[in-house]
Amino acid sequence: MEHKIRVLVAKPGLDGHDRGALVIAQGLRDAGMEVIYTGLRQTPEQIVAAAIQEDVDVIGLSSLSGAHMELFPEVVRLLQAQGIDDILVIGGGVIPDEDIEPLKQSGIAAVFTPGTPIQETADFIRAHVKRGTCS
Amino acid sequence: MSAFKEKLEAWREKAKKAISKFPEREERFATSSDIEVERLYVPEDGGQEYLEKLGFPGEYPFTRGIQPTMYRGRYWTMRQYAGFGSAEETNERFRYLLEQGQTGLSTAFDLPTQIGYDADDPMARGEVGKVGVSISSLADMETLLKGIPLDKVSTSMTINAPASVLLAMYIAVGEKQGVTSDKLTGTIQNDILKEYVARGTYIYPPQHSMRLITNIFEYCAEKVPNWNTISISGYHIREAGSTAVQEVAFTLSNAIAYVQAAIDAGLPVDKFAPRLSFFFNAHNNFLEEIAKFRAARRIWAKIMRHRFKAQDPKSWQLRFHTQTGGSTLTAQQPDNNIVRVTIQALAAVLGGTQSLHTNSRDEALALPTEDSARIALRTQQIIAYESGVSDTVDPLGGSYYIEYLTDEIEKRVWEYIEKIDEMGGAVAAIEQGYMQREIQHASYQTQLEIESGKQIVVGMNKFKLDNEPQPELLRVNPELGRIQAERLAKLRSERNNEEVQKRLQALKQAAEGDANLMPYILDAVRAYATTGEICNAMRSVFGEYRPSLF
Repeated sequence: MEHKIRVLVAKPGLDGHDRGALVIAQGLRDAGMEVIYTGLRQTPEQIVAAAIQEDVDVIGLSSLSGAHMELFPEVVRLLQAQGIDDILVIGGGVIPDEDIEPLKQSGIAAVFTPGTPIQETADFIRAHVKRGTCS
Repeated sequence: MSAFKEKLEAWREKAKKAISKFPEREERFATSSDIEVERLYVPEDGGQEYLEKLGFPGEYPFTRGIQPTMYRGRYWTMRQYAGFGSAEETNERFRYLLEQGQTGLSTAFDLPTQIGYDADDPMARGEVGKVGVSISSLADMETLLKGIPLDKVSTSMTINAPASVLLAMYIAVGEKQGVTSDKLTGTIQNDILKEYVARGTYIYPPQHSMRLITNIFEYCAEKVPNWNTISISGYHIREAGSTAVQEVAFTLSNAIAYVQAAIDAGLPVDKFAPRLSFFFNAHNNFLEEIAKFRAARRIWAKIMRHRFKAQDPKSWQLRFHTQTGGSTLTAQQPDNNIVRVTIQALAAVLGGTQSLHTNSRDEALALPTEDSARIALRTQQIIAYESGVSDTVDPLGGSYYIEYLTDEIEKRVWEYIEKIDEMGGAVAAIEQGYMQREIQHASYQTQLEIESGKQIVVGMNKFKLDNEPQPELLRVNPELGRIQAERLAKLRSERNNEEVQKRLQALKQAAEGDANLMPYILDAVRAYATTGEICNAMRSVFGEYRPSLF
């Protein structure tokens, strides 16, 4: 049986604007993935713990408050500290262009800003998911 | 004489009287071709139907506006939302905006402040000063308002869960300026129900939040009588993806819950209802938005008069602030946003708003720069001073289409309100996730329509540009978290900590009982207890809200 891609959609920090996160969650479900949403106000530590517990293939981080430069790389760092290198981490939200390259340097595989069709995000995940999708 | 003509005559007399006290902006209004513009245009004889549905401005059911002369007397308040970084930086932006002709202040707080965490709390990491100003104590508030005369400037504060704390800080700054609390004017958002539905900056469980809100109503009715004690907000409901109908329906359902809570707490309705105010969004569907505002006024007037039996006509009036729709703005071709904002601002003015914030073109990318904030303010000024739309009251009243849309929106809003009533009211509907699901459904539909191209967003899914130049963006100092933490450490070492603890303890005890908490909070604020300490004292009694996921 084919393994469905599992995605954790997470809201790091205190930002309460989750329209984008909820739309992405629904969209990825409609695209055939299993999606878990953390809810609001998660610390990087909580997000990494949830990712491990839920055994996800992908973490999607969403922030609109401007805290992304501090919180997104922290998630990657915590994963690495636990020796995890096969979870794809992507981000989205209100993120200025000039921040995208530094985020990629820090291990965020892609950043999807407002206006990105869900299909594009789903295609990216399918092409870049690090774990085998068959079990 | 017909009933219509009698009422019209009575209204004309009333308007004349109002003008003798508050003169209009001009002796005579005219178009550019010198066609004289009358105060109000009405049908020859509207009959009973006109009287019931529209009435006259300043009169029940207020469809045509809450004042008899509307903007012929005075323009709406131009109130641009501002706040970022430190209290010093925001104080500078405030002074700049006042110099540019802004007529009221509107304060954005950062997320730690909004959720009751000090700048040095681990939860505040990465967020200090980002979406608003960081206010961890009275000392920060003193800096924020330095040189701003609180008896002359009215201030709106977008603060909800810790609204009582920030209001107390404002009162305390007033005391230091020698301005007594009865002279203070402004608004606190203080609308917690929409936080559970749409915006996410809640602290305590709903019942405790409702208590804090009724405590504020009661305290202000006595001590801060010119303060708008709540701004019941559809803005965020709309930003979360609702339709225009849902925006009005859910906002008014929340408003019903507040009024009921205050009545249940023993407050006479006419004592607090005149100080309730509303906050709506303006999106791009121009005529629907205008109709939405007119419908909202009419429905609220009926609710207050018939459901809550308010006697004072001021209790029937829906006064509202409008902000143009942040979520309609695109990161692509940001200058197009200036045009969107113009359309939306015009809808708000034609809908009869009392105050307006126009968004800046770069808000889909970051906080607005000073240049963008100025253009946004100029947009309002051009509508006010150049377009002529403010020279007659409710210029679109009587348009077949506008009246049809107003009726239709009203009908659909009542259907929602009845449904929510059946569920046990807004608090129950929110706890069951009903509003959240309805909004989520609408928001997902919009996304699908944009992606399929059915709904066109100029510059984003049609008329795109390759190689867009990136505008200059505002950056908040990333060191601010550390700087604020150092300041807090200094404050804690300099204040009388024994006194602080005593007052926090008193607050905690009061929270366990059923006293009004405002005086206790004010006492703690005066001793420089921090936002976090005060909110934690209440957290220790009330607990924290944890939503279930739908």
